[in-house]
This record gives sequence, C-alpha cells and structure tokens, in this order.
Amino acid sequence: MSPAVARSFATLVFVGAVLASAARPAGQPAGSASAQPADSALQQAADSVLEARTSAVAAQLRCAVCQGLSIQDSPSELAQQMRTLMKEQLRAGKSENEVKAYFVSKYGEFILLEPRARGFNLVVYVLPVLLVVGGLGGIVLLVRRWTRAPEASR
Amino acid sequence: MNWRRALVAAAASAPLIALFAWGLTKDPREIPSPLPGKDAPAFALAVFAPGEPPLARAIGDTVRLAELRGQVVVLNFWASWCLACQDEHAALSETARHYADRPVRFLGVLYNDEPPAGTRWIAEMGGQNYPSVHDPGARTAIDYGLYGVPETFVLDAAGRVAYKHTGPVSARVLVRVVDSLLTVAARSGAPGAVPAPLKGGP
Amino acid sequence: MTRLLAHDALLVSLAVIVFGALVAPVAIRRGRRDWLPLAFAAVYTNFVLVTVAAIAMVVALVRHDFSVSYVAQVGSLATPLFYTMISLWGALEGSILFWAWVLALYGALVVWINRRRPGNLVPYAATALLGVSFFFAILLVGPADPFLEVSPVPSDGPGPNPLLQNHVLMAVHPPLLYLGYVGMSVPFAFAVGAMLSGEVESDDWIRLTRRWTLAAWGFLSAAIIAGMWWSYEVLGWGGYWAWDPVENASFIPWLTATAFLHSAMVQERRAMLRLWNLNLVVGTFVLTILGTFLTRSGIISSVHAFTTGTIGYFFLAFIALVLLATLAMIAGNSERLRTTGRLDSAASRETVFLLNNLFLTAFMFTVLVGTLFPLVAEAVRGVKVSVGEPFFNRMSLPLVVTLLLLMGVGPALPWKSATREELREKLLPPVAGAAVLTVLALLVGVRSAYGILAFAFVGYAVTANLREYWIGMSARHTAHGEGWGTALVRLVGGNRRRYGGYVAHLGVCLVALGVAASSSLRSEREATLKPGETLSVAGRTVRLKDVWGREEPQRSVVGATLEIIEAGQVRGTIEPRMNFYPGQQQPVPTPDVRSTPLGDLYANLQAFRPDGSNATVKLIHEPLVPWIWLGGLVVVFGALIGIAPSRRGREAVAEDAVTLGGTVPGAVPGTVPGAVPGAVPGAVPGAGAGVAAPALPRVREEPA
Repeated sequence: MSPAVARSFATLVFVGAVLASAARPAGQPAGSASAQPADSALQQAADSVLEARTSAVAAQLRCAVCQGLSIQDSPSELAQQMRTLMKEQLRAGKSENEVKAYFVSKYGEFILLEPRARGFNLVVYVLPVLLVVGGLGGIVLLVRRWTRAPEASR
Repeated sequence: MNWRRALVAAAASAPLIALFAWGLTKDPREIPSPLPGKDAPAFALAVFAPGEPPLARAIGDTVRLAELRGQVVVLNFWASWCLACQDEHAALSETARHYADRPVRFLGVLYNDEPPAGTRWIAEMGGQNYPSVHDPGARTAIDYGLYGVPETFVLDAAGRVAYKHTGPVSARVLVRVVDSLLTVAARSGAPGAVPAPLKGGP
Repeated sequence: MTRLLAHDALLVSLAVIVFGALVAPVAIRRGRRDWLPLAFAAVYTNFVLVTVAAIAMVVALVRHDFSVSYVAQVGSLATPLFYTMISLWGALEGSILFWAWVLALYGALVVWINRRRPGNLVPYAATALLGVSFFFAILLVGPADPFLEVSPVPSDGPGPNPLLQNHVLMAVHPPLLYLGYVGMSVPFAFAVGAMLSGEVESDDWIRLTRRWTLAAWGFLSAAIIAGMWWSYEVLGWGGYWAWDPVENASFIPWLTATAFLHSAMVQERRAMLRLWNLNLVVGTFVLTILGTFLTRSGIISSVHAFTTGTIGYFFLAFIALVLLATLAMIAGNSERLRTTGRLDSAASRETVFLLNNLFLTAFMFTVLVGTLFPLVAEAVRGVKVSVGEPFFNRMSLPLVVTLLLLMGVGPALPWKSATREELREKLLPPVAGAAVLTVLALLVGVRSAYGILAFAFVGYAVTANLREYWIGMSARHTAHGEGWGTALVRLVGGNRRRYGGYVAHLGVCLVALGVAASSSLRSEREATLKPGETLSVAGRTVRLKDVWGREEPQRSVVGATLEIIEAGQVRGTIEPRMNFYPGQQQPVPTPDVRSTPLGDLYANLQAFRPDGSNATVKLIHEPLVPWIWLGGLVVVFGALIGIAPSRRGREAVAEDAVTLGGTVPGAVPGTVPGAVPGAVPGAVPGAGAGVAAPALPRVREEPA
C-alpha cells in the first residue's frame, strides 16, 4: 500500500488500540492461581473463578507495607490478610468495584495502583496520547515539507 | 546566538524546577488518612493483656467499640517486633495514668503478632497500665487503614475518628488532642458533639 | 591516614576542576592556544586524584577502618570480603564517589584520545566535562562526604543493606548502570562543546562520540537487564519489573539514548534533525541526573530510595543550572540549525527513523509523566495517588508493540526512497515470520490481543533483520564467490554499525518474547505444605522434603528443601530461603529458580513454622524468562559489533565521515551530493576536519 495509506492505517490502529485498552477493565492480573483440589468439579470451578476474581482485584491495589508491589504480588503478611478479606467480600456477593471502594475508604486513593480516571487525574492518561497524536501529525507535516523542498544549490 | 529564544526556553523549565523544589519539602512516606471525621469502624476484640488497676480488664473479655461511646478513646496499634513502638510505650502509659479518672480510655491493639510475644514484650517494657486486645487476621487494622505500626487513633466521645498519628506518638501530642476533645465534649454536654477532625503531627 | 589523604585529594581535585574548566575558555578568548594543554592536564589530574580517593575508600572498607564515616555506615566485620568490596557503591556517599570516578575516567579517556584535534570543540568539551565533575566534587566535599571522621571509633558496623548481600549480580548491576549513566556525559559534553565553540553546524560532535554513546548505551542496556535479573532472583515476587521509580529512572534515559542512536544516523546522512539531536543528547544527560535526583532526594519513595536529606537541594540546583544553560544555548542556536536538507521519499528508512524517535520519545514521556504524577497530583489536588504497574502496562503496551513493528520495517526499507516493487519485495516476506509466530502464540495459549500482536511483530522483525543478513551474505556469495562464513564476516566488517544494529534488534526481540510469554502465560500457586506433601503448577510438581535452619556469620537462614518430581522420580531440588539479619525487622527472602531453556520454575518461601512442621511456599512457572537475559546478552553483543574498530584505517575514517554535507565547519548546509542519481554513496569530499585523505567510495554497501 502507499505510504500515505500506511501512515493513516498506522494512526488508526494506534488510536484504536489506545481506546480499546482504555475501555478494558483496569489491570490484567500478572498470574492466575489455579484452584485447590476440592470435592466436586462444580466446587472446583466456582473456587477457581473466585480465586481469579480475587487475584484480579488484588492486582489493582497497592500493598500498604511494601514499595509499589500489588497486594497480589506481595509476600507480606498484611497483604495476605487483605487478600483473604477481599476473597470473603467477593464470596459474600460484593462486586469488584465495591471491594475496591472499601479499601479506598480506609486507605485513601493511594491504595489504588492506577489513578482513578476522573478530574485532574485524566492528565496522566491524556498527555501521552496527545503527544503521540500530535507527534504523528507533526511527522506527516515534516515529511511533506521535506519531500517537497527544492534541492539546495551546490 | 538568539538571546530572546534562549530566555524563553530557559523560562520554560522554571515550573518543573518549582515543582521539584516544592516536592523536596514534602515527606513521601506520609500518607493522609481518609478516616478522620468519619465514624470509627466498629470492633469486638478479646483482651490478652489486662493492664493494671484501675484501668484493668480481665483476660478474655471482649472489648466492643460501642461500649466505649461517651468517652474519648485512644487506640494504639503495636507489635512486639516493632522497634518504634518501644519509643512511645512510656508516653502512652504515663498519659493513660494521667487521664485515669477522666472519661478517656486507652486501648492497645496487637497487630500481626502472637499474644504470648506481646505479653513478653509488655513485661520487658515494665508493664502497660491499660489493656491490650488481639486483632487476629488484622481485620481491625485493615478497617482502620493501617500502613504499619505504630499508629495511634484518637476517637471522640461521639465515636468518630478525630485524629490519626503515624509513627511513635509523644505525650505532648496525646495530651493536646485529648484535652481539646474533652473540652469540646464538656462544652456541648452531649455525646453527640462533633468536633472537627484534627490534622497533622507533633 | 588514608582518610585524610583521600579527603585532601578530593579538595585538591575541586581546585583542579575549577582551574581546568576556566582555562580553556579564557585561553581561547585571549588567543593563547598554548594554554589549552593545561585544560587537558586538569582533566587527567582530576582522574588521578579521584582514583586516589576511590582506592583509599576500597582499602578502608577492606581493612574495616571504622573511623571513616562511610565504612562505619556500610561496613561490618561479618560481611564476606566480596560484598565488602562492592559495598563501595552500596550507599549514597560511596555511590557518588564511584560516579565521580567513572566520570573522571571517561573524561580523561575521551580527552586524551581527541587531544590532537584542532579547533575548539575538544577544549570546550573538556570544560563541560569538568563542569559536571565540579558538581560531584562539591557533593563529595559537602553533603555526600564519605570520608568524615567518626570518633570514638566503633568496633563494628551494621553491614550493607541485606538486599545487597544476597546475590552476586549486585556486583554487576551498579557498575554497569554507572558506566551507562555517566557515559551519557560524553556526548553531552561534546554537544555543549559544539555549541560553546560555535562548531554546532558540524557533525563532528556526533562523529567523535559515536562509539562512546554506543558504549554507554550498551552498558545501560546491560545494566537494566541485570537489574531485572537481580530483582527477579532476589525480591521473591517472581517478577522482574515493577515500574518502580528507580527502575523508571534507568529506563527513561535509555529510551532517549536509543532514539538518539537512530536519529544521529539521519543527521549524518541528511543534515536534518540537528536541533532535535542536540535536544536528545542534552535531554538524555539531564534525565540521568534527574533520575538520580528522584531516587536519592527522597522526593518520591521507592524500593531503592537511598536517603533523604539536603543532597536533594544540591541536585535540584544542578539540574536547574544545566537545564537553564543548555535550553538557552540550544534555543539560541536554533536558527542556525534549521533543516535545509530534503528527503527523497516518505517511503524510506528516514521516515521510519522519525517514527521510531516519536514512539521512543512518547514512551519516555509516558513513563516520566507517570513517575512524576504523584508529585504533581499532590501539588494540585492535595491528595496522594499511586501510579503503578497497571497504569504503565496499559499505556506502554501500544507503544511497545508499535516499536516492535518498526524494528522490522526499518531495516527492510532502504535509505532515501523505494519503489513500489522494492517495497513489496522488502516488506512482504517477513509477514511469513509474523504468521508463524502468531500461530505459535495461539498454540501455546496466548489469548490477549497485545500478546498476540507482540508475538506477530517479533516474528516480523526477526525475519526482516535476519533477512538483511541473508540478502547481504548471498549477494557477496554470488558476486565474489565467498563462502558463507567469509561472506558474513566481511559483510559485518564492512558496515559494523548497521549489522551490529540488526543484532541488537534481534536481542530486543528475544527480550520482548520473554516478557510477552512470561506475562501472559505465567501461572502460580501457593500452599502450606507439611514434609512429604506436594504442590503443582503448570504440570510441574515439587514435594517438601524438610524445613531447616543454619547460622551464618552475618545472618540466620531458614530454608525449605523442595524436591522436583518428574514422572515419579526426583529430578533435582529447589530451595527457597529466608534470611534474618540482626537489626532488621523483616527477613529478606531468597527465592530459588530452576531454569530450563523454555522457562523457569520459581519458588519463594512465604512463611514457616519455627518447629519445621510446615512451610508456606509460592511456586511459579515462568515461561521464556531466560530469553530475557539471553536477549540482553545479544543486545550487548550487537553494541560491541557496532563499537569495534574496523580493520582498515581508511574504512574507519570513511565510516565515521559519512556525511552528506555539513561535516566541515562552515560547509554549506544542505549540500547533498548523494542525492545526485547514480552518485556512489559514501563519497565524501573533504570529510571532517583533521582527516587527511578523502574516503574511497565503497563498492556496494551503503553505510548504515
């Protein structure tokens, strides 16, 4: 395909990817823990779903006594206890967002590993995207100018 | 050398420098808590260290937050493996004794530790004149948004969190906070008095 | 005795630095060029003096001379000799001393090698280097003085941070990091030297420092990989990158340095991007200082944070000064450096390099903004927020994937322009590689969109880069009848920068595959086991044999021996441990890793019963992680190829001097002889000041 088409395509793919990733729920878990062997297959399946949900939430919250690790990754005792609490809350029927809201109400926004995308926090999400989009536009302009400039006399 | 452009470019870096200069004045480890001003989370925990008369409670007794309503409560989270807790132990004990005949209750909460180790620590530190309870699974600690030990919460007579102190607390700070809460409670007369949450450290 | 000697050496070096930095500009102003050797002598003398101080420190450490403040801080009689020696860089003051020494070394070497070059570039570059040394010398006699006297002399010390004693990689990561970080001072100094001397339209400052920049980049790449490896083997959570501020601090300048390596080639060929390259080089240097500032000043808490204190203000003052001065210089020169060259076509390697620079810069910006945002948010909202792994992964994945694709498209596209047929011939065949890896990814269970894209683009890039080798080698084989081995050697020897670059691309692809596989295909399980019980993950089983403890001179160790069971047989053991250091509240875990070519089995001891009756173990299967370390080695190998001097002197000159116009100071910018159709690329009239003979045109290869 022509370079112009290729450029447009690349732009579209990129912008689409960013939008798609923003729409995805935050934070893919780093690992999945498989279920403990249990009595029945149904129990096993339910347990592994619960475990996966717990891991997903734990990966989005910061371990309060570590530096930057998620509760999912942290080996510290408090993190393990928080994880147990999360599992209980999920099992009792709370949603992932309710569990996160509980921890935020106790620890403040600091406990979220990713800033909530609202208000001023949007700056950290939007600025890089602006840079890329702006930069792509800039490159298009520059390349156009540089391929059109008359050859300098020698 | 275009001096005008040079000046403009140089000035462009000023906001960043200002941000860093401001940042140097802050402590990155200090994390503000959302609890002050809100109702204190309830708990029902078992006593493992009785304290000393007249403040003693029997071992195995359950202390509920609800039964402490109407009094100012000083809640101190500690552990035997916590070095900084040793620094504040004397201050806490003395202050507890100072307020023994006032509507103020001191309560220690053992965090991620075993009661026998806690009892041993108390004995090594020369005794603790208020009771301590055990918090298995750190449920209460999480409820109070604990980032580590020691942390001290002061609850007003209406059962709200008035003040949170991170790190070892001094007698001066405790007295200042408790006195102001007692004054407010006395002035308004009713346990429903709502003092504004107090900020900051020593 | 050694303490006083070292202290005096540092004080004298401060005086020497100030003298040397001032001599060159003064001499040039007054036309007394015979004074210039004094400036160079100052650079060499500074190196000698700082070396004296560094040796004194190592001696003091080894002899456990606790009258020296730094030794009292990190030394301990119980620490093994090896870790005692490497504690030179284990804490703040020692690491500043080490930085100053590496800087003095680089300065002395680069000045000495270029001492005979006529013109003002090198003297001013020496001034710039001494200026940077000045800052570190001030630190060393001021807030970061490692040679303070301790009285009364303690009988023992606390020893280095336990995390720094656990693994031999601790000997490797900081020196590599510093060689990389500090190495970026060299192109910076020459860029500043070019601006100060007015020789800014010439490319000399790039040509002379090309190998230095590549070497520094290679060191930095190795340092980052080593840091990841250390983190993986020591910290116990099974990961290798947490987007911690200090990790970001090393990664951010690497991104701009990588961008510079590419855009420098555009400048050399097309006399374009000259302003941009100045910004990149200065930016890279400022980012290395900024990164150090962020992690040492305590302004952002991180797992590596060394200390808080007044040193932050010194760093901030230095950053402010450098930013103000260099931004002013660059902006002031911006009119002289406007691009007057042209591109032949948008479908060219030049365009891909522009895109490469954009995405690398955007990546750098994303990580920088994310790292600084907690500070900004606190200033604006008064609320503390965290910006952690989920944010960085989400924002960087699209950029990384795009860069992977560019790594395949760039080498495939020729310089200047390509016809439609050429585009088809070069860009389509690697799609087969992409297809193969996509199928492979789906087969092994990768299901995320980014994971599959990463595999696909890596397949494309690997095929495209290997194909360039193939095309070159088979051309030589056909044309000269060379055997494949000879063809390879001659091909690479004829253009080390290009083919070294392709090797580096392959290395990055290996790293990307390792990261993609271990992120999307990782599985972990945790269980509390009694001896004899088993734990399985991803088809791999271990059985707890026993829980044991032992005393070592500097620590107590508790470990769990796990037997690896395959088909009912014990195939080996894996033994995670916990280390208890006196004076430390929390134990330091040492996980154990069993590597196979296709993945790692990783075990961490989470908890244990003191009576040994059970142990809580986390077992993780991490596919392809060893490819990350292997990829790092390949990247470094590629850099080495690019750095290695060419066999024949003339060829080296030609390679360095390939510039289509703008090489000679005062040459008419925009002269583009290579644009004349049919002209032989590589012909460089009057290349570079100080080069005696014009380069011989080369028969086939375009220089990279």
